[in-house]
Amino acid sequence: MTINEIKEILNAEVVCDGNLNAEVLSACGSDMMSDVLAFVKDQAVLLTGLVNAQVIRTAVMMDMACVVFVRSKKPTADMIEIAKESGIVILATDKRMYEACGQLYESGLKGTNVR
Amino acid sequence: MSDKLNFHYDVDGENFTSAGQASVSVKKNLRQLGVDAEIIRRISIAMYEGEINMVIHAGGGVADVEVDDTGVIIILSDKGPGIADVELAMQEGYSTAPDGVRSLGFGAGMGLPNMKRYTDEMIVDSVVGEGTTITMKVNF
Repeated sequence: MTINEIKEILNAEVVCDGNLNAEVLSACGSDMMSDVLAFVKDQAVLLTGLVNAQVIRTAVMMDMACVVFVRSKKPTADMIEIAKESGIVILATDKRMYEACGQLYESGLKGTNVR
Repeated sequence: MSDKLNFHYDVDGENFTSAGQASVSVKKNLRQLGVDAEIIRRISIAMYEGEINMVIHAGGGVADVEVDDTGVIIILSDKGPGIADVELAMQEGYSTAPDGVRSLGFGAGMGLPNMKRYTDEMIVDSVVGEGTTITMKVNF
């Protein structure tokens, strides 16, 4: 699935632009960054309702391609700056976490069970 | 790479927003040195968790990173309260972080376990009331 497809499925707004054609193979949804950091393999997309700079930094550490903010949350300017530096696309959707994850999963974007 | 490279960082304990900057810098440096992406990820996650810990628990500290032919050594040192029971602190899910930290996305009790998981060696040297020094090594 491409980031552009994620944007379409979630009816999301692009808050920080980048390579929307990047192919992503797995995703995770969490508001706890340490839980995200516990799974090192190939997580390309993070869905979260948490808004602070550490969300983007976690994505940087994990080499993620895209962060999706759910429940109409919007990142701050400094977060967008960190994302831009690392080429991370930020999307924002008004869908809630459960629904957003469910729609992506149903469309073929699976989670990861590799630890 | 025949010489040793050293990087030194001060980790500001007052500023949660800036926590992780040292890890981002190390990640960039290792990438420039051409280190394998998976190894860089392991190093930067371990260091990032350590940095966050220093900010949450210890009012900041210092980070020293040493790179040579064999791998990367990260030494995180603080003058915080120390860890009373290291074995307990190493258990997944065990946390002494204040509740406010959980609303920031941390304090899930995964920091030290993650650091151990991603490194080949980890030594926790902690004295209650004096501080903690964590030494981690990732081999190339």
